This record gives sequence, C-alpha cells and structure tokens, in this order.
Amino acid sequence: MADIRLEGVGHSYDGGRTWAVKPMTWTWRTSRAYALLGPSGCGKTTLLNIISGLITPTAGRVYFDGRDVTGVPTAGRDIAQVFQFPVLYEEMSVRDNLAFPLRNRKVPKKEIERRVRQVSELLGLDHLLNRRSRRLDPGWQQIVSLGRGLVRAQVAAVLLDEPLTVVDPALKWTLRSKLKEIHRDTGHTLIYVTHDQTEALTFADEVVVLNDGAIVQAGEPTELFLSPAHEFVGHFIGSPGMNVLPAHVEGGVVRVGQADVGAADGLPPGPVRIGVRPEFVEITGDRVSPGVAAEVTGIDRMGAYDLVHALVGEHPVIARTAAGSACEPGAAAFLHFPAERTFLFRDQVRCGSLAPLNGRGTA
Amino acid sequence: MTTERTAVAGGQVGGEVVTAAPAGPRETRADPRRRDNRAWWLVLPVVVSVAFTAVIPLMTVVNFSVQDVFSPSDRVFVGLDWFYEAVRRPENREAFVRTLLFSAQVLLVEIPLGVAIAVAMPRRGFWVSAALVLVALPLLIPWNVVGTIWQIFARGDIGLGGWTVNNVLGVGFNYTLDSTDAWITILVMDVWHWTPLVALLAYAGLRSIPEPYFQAAQIDGASGWATFRHIQLPRLRGVLTIAILLRFMDSFMIYTEPFVVTGGGPGNATTFLSILLSKMAVGQFDVGPAGAFSLVYFLIVQVVCYVFFTVLTRSGR
Repeated sequence: MADIRLEGVGHSYDGGRTWAVKPMTWTWRTSRAYALLGPSGCGKTTLLNIISGLITPTAGRVYFDGRDVTGVPTAGRDIAQVFQFPVLYEEMSVRDNLAFPLRNRKVPKKEIERRVRQVSELLGLDHLLNRRSRRLDPGWQQIVSLGRGLVRAQVAAVLLDEPLTVVDPALKWTLRSKLKEIHRDTGHTLIYVTHDQTEALTFADEVVVLNDGAIVQAGEPTELFLSPAHEFVGHFIGSPGMNVLPAHVEGGVVRVGQADVGAADGLPPGPVRIGVRPEFVEITGDRVSPGVAAEVTGIDRMGAYDLVHALVGEHPVIARTAAGSACEPGAAAFLHFPAERTFLFRDQVRCGSLAPLNGRGTA
Repeated sequence: MTTERTAVAGGQVGGEVVTAAPAGPRETRADPRRRDNRAWWLVLPVVVSVAFTAVIPLMTVVNFSVQDVFSPSDRVFVGLDWFYEAVRRPENREAFVRTLLFSAQVLLVEIPLGVAIAVAMPRRGFWVSAALVLVALPLLIPWNVVGTIWQIFARGDIGLGGWTVNNVLGVGFNYTLDSTDAWITILVMDVWHWTPLVALLAYAGLRSIPEPYFQAAQIDGASGWATFRHIQLPRLRGVLTIAILLRFMDSFMIYTEPFVVTGGGPGNATTFLSILLSKMAVGQFDVGPAGAFSLVYFLIVQVVCYVFFTVLTRSGR
C-alpha cells in the first residue's frame, strides 16, 4: 500500500497537439476509496492506465510512496486492475485463474494455495473454485477478475475501470457492497472509474470529477453536491443537474434581466452565470422575496416528487418540489434562489455565491 | 473433387436465400399454415446448377464404379469388385499412406509456422498493410504457376534454390533423381504456398482479441509465452479448426503442383492419391476402377473431416 503521487502527469496520444489527460498534480492517499467520475472520453481510463503503468505518460512523473515508478513496467508496480468486461483465462479453472499471477511471479506452491484460499473466502468463490471460468455468468467472472488482482500480497492499489457495466442490475448492488466490504477488510486503495454518479457517490470516500482531461473538483459526495466548484460538476452530479441562468453583476447586485435576485459581495461588475440545483429552487405564485418571473412550461410527476419546468426569458429552469405541486403549465410564477445554495460562475468556474440583498437593489 | 466442394458451398448459399426470404408481405401473419412458399423458386437456379455440376457427374462416377467398361456400348456389371480392388491394390495403399504422411507433415509445419507468423506480424501502423500484402502474395499465384516456379527454382543447374543448396551449402540435391529431395521440394513448395493462408486466418483471430486481455496479462506478470499460451492460443481455436480442415483437405487432394514439378516421380516417390487416380482415369482410361477409387477417396476425406470437426468442436465446450 502506498500513496500514489502524480506530478505534472499528462498524456497525449498525438505527440502533444491535444492532451487526453492535461498535466496535473494529484495524490491518491493510501487506503481511501476514490471514485473517478466523468463523461465518456474525458480521460478517465487513460489516467488509470498511467497509474497502472500500461501507459507511460508523455509528461510528468509517477511516484509510489516516493519511489519513482514512471519507467517501471506494469508487472513491477503491484497494481490490480479490473476492466470494463471480465478478463479471464477462459480455459482455466477459477482456481488456476486466481493462482496465475502468483505462479508467474514464482511464488512457492504452499503460499499460492494459502493466498488463493484466502481470496476465495473473501470473495465467496469457494464453491466455484473448480469450475471452468468461461462457464460462469458475467457477474461472477468479474468477481474472479477482481480476485486475480487481490491475490497478490502487496497490492499498492486496486483500479476498477467501470467494472459493473456488463453486470446486470440486481447483481450490481451485491458487487458494489462486496467491493466496499473488501475495502473495509483489506484497506486497499481503491480507484473506481465510472460515468455513473450514483455509483460514484454511493461507493467512494472521495469523488474526483474529471472533465476534458483535467480534475475539476474533488471532495466528498455531499461537498460536490452542495457546493460545486465548477459548472460541469453542477451539471454532471445530481439528477437533473444544476440549473444555469445567465445574469450580470451591477454595483454588487446580481440581476437576471431587470430583476434583482441577490447580492454579490466583492465581485467586479460584468456577466456571471447563476447556478442553483433544482432541489433548492423555490417556486411560488407571487413574488415573496427577490425573485425572477418565469413561465411554467410543464410538470413531471415523479411519484415521490415533482419536477416543475419553467422558462425565465428563454432559459429553462427546473425546480424540484414536493409531490402534488399546484403549478399548472402556462401559469406565471416566481423563482427564488436561496442565498446559501446559489453560486455564481465565471468562465464555468465558481467565483462566489449569492448573498442576501438586505434592502439593497433597485426593484 | 473440386466440383464437389463448390457444390456444397453453393447449396449453403441457396439455403441462406430461403431463410432470409420472408414470406410474402401480403400474406396474413395470423395464419402461419398458409405461408407463401414461392421463395423456394429462388433456390431453383442453385439446384439446377448443382445438379449439372455435381450430382449428375457424381452419379456418372457411381455408375462407372460398378461396371467394367470396354467401350461405350460394351459394358459389364461387376458389382462391388472395383471397390474391393481399390482398397486392396498395393499401389493404392502405398499412395494412401504417402498422401496421409504428406498431409500430416503439411499440418505439422504449416499450422505452427502460420501461427508464429501471425503473432509476429505488427498489430497496427503502416507495416500492417505491408506485412499483409507480403504474406498474401503466394496465395495469389495459380497452382500450376506455383508448380512451374518451383520446378525451375529447385533445379540444380539453373534454379536459384537448387543451385544454392548444391554449390553454396555443398549438399547434393536433385529432385528429379532423388526421391527424398523430390518429397522435400513438394513439401517446401506447399509450405511456401499455403502457410500464408494459415497466417492470415490466425492473424484475423488474433486481431479480434480485445486489448484488455493483453493488459491483464501484463498486470499479472505473464511472460510472452504465457500470454500466447493462455490468451492468444485459446482464442485461435475457431480459426485454427478452419485452417486445419482446409489444409488437410487441400493437401490430401494435392494434384497440380506435384504433377507439374515431379509428375509423381522419381519412381512413385511423389505419386499421391490424386495423381494415381488421374493416371488411372485419364491415362489408362480405366473408368471403372477409377470411379470406385474416387468414391473411396471422397469418402475418406469426408469421414476424416467429420471426425476431426466433431472432436474439435466438442472438446471446446
């Protein structure tokens, strides 16, 4: 187990014209469960392969606990990696699959047997040990692939590259809780790549959001949800994602069109974008506090809650309300943005948050 | 033999036409008994052409095989006599053993060599096309031209290969006099001509293995050999089955190349079954024995292929 430190690590597949992973410095601390969250093609897998050594980064150095491993091949890094679909030695039994990495490393026979038994117990594979691996269903195959990573005594980290894609939904929960269990029992560092926010949020101690080859925010799930540092995080996490409304700052007051919605302390005048999650948008029939006029365009009744779709000018805003909302399509309404949950973005990056007006403003 | 194979292939194409053609769209789906069977007419051209190219000629052979034909108007029914003779005749038996030995050697050399070439070929980049063209080149040359090329190439006086062996390596080599040399010439020629087929098939099989398998092998610390043995080879099972079947059939029925290079000699050293058969049928015009002989020949190929295919597919499950 080790801290994995990336120093200025970046990778380009086309000789430096574009970066799949932009040069970044980041440390994966030992024994934590990370989720690496981002849309398809944002560089998640590339980053993972840099850590495991399948790719040598174009720029930067990789350290495991201070040891420079940038040039060390995969086999010398003691990394376990589970791929999107189960990768097994199909003609071997489950037992041989588990023993394979140890046999390649010339581990004594007794030790192999002990480790295999240990891992199979941990993963609940005991009853399958003698089965041919190709005859298992994908879920179990994926568990076996995981076991092949865990069987080595010194695993610096377990990397999981969207491992539950091929697994059917019912088994997903089982597998995910099994992963958590393993993390608790073994204390391995886990880095779990996914584009599914639910998976990331339920699984990880810390979620690292990757977009366009760069880390845009990292933090605990609640932190990402409640205070997104980047518009992308707001969009990507939450269902539906954060509302974004163009506004401008004038004399310390944030205005949408002509309506004042709050104060922006210490922010220079100019255009900003207001970001607020549907969960925190309040919708009322009359103007009760600084708010903007909107027109309700539709309501999705989701059972447990309603999603009210509205238009401010020509910009859609979604508000999540309690089930049985009285709003009707076509009706006029007012939207209010609570100060502590509404953020201001410039160039997609958070530059401040909305503050109460306290009597300031013109309207 | 060649017509026989095309016939089988044609039949399969016909079969696909039937399954692919839906019942007429106007017919009600509600009543499956009243299905439109007119699509069967589409099979008719295949049936007719197969009949004329394969079935009728084959029946002629069957007809010949039970008669002693002196002239078109003078023939005697002899029952299964020709079949007994075909199986008992020492010349036939020798040729059978010879052909079997040849096929075995062809498979033993070409399959591992083809797989080795496929593994060594580049997986991406410019050299993929270059390697593919280079490897496929021998496959594009007609059989009799291959024979001619090697007949000249292996000559001790003017052939580059034969001259090199004689004068540079200092080993006496003359395929027209020495039966071992003749055998080696034919074998090397077949390897040169057909290993590319195995290599291309194996290459296609290797290309279909997803990258993560190799990455997993790296992570597991597998050596190059272990990667080949546990990842690449198991995934080549399908294409290698086809390659072995094709190479067995083709080498067991080899005719043109040895006919051009050695004519079956020296002595009987390279007289394979097909050469013996054509001597009998065309050279001596013994159509009765030749008919029986070719039916037995046909049967052997079928049985070997069937057994082989069954064993390979069963063991894979």
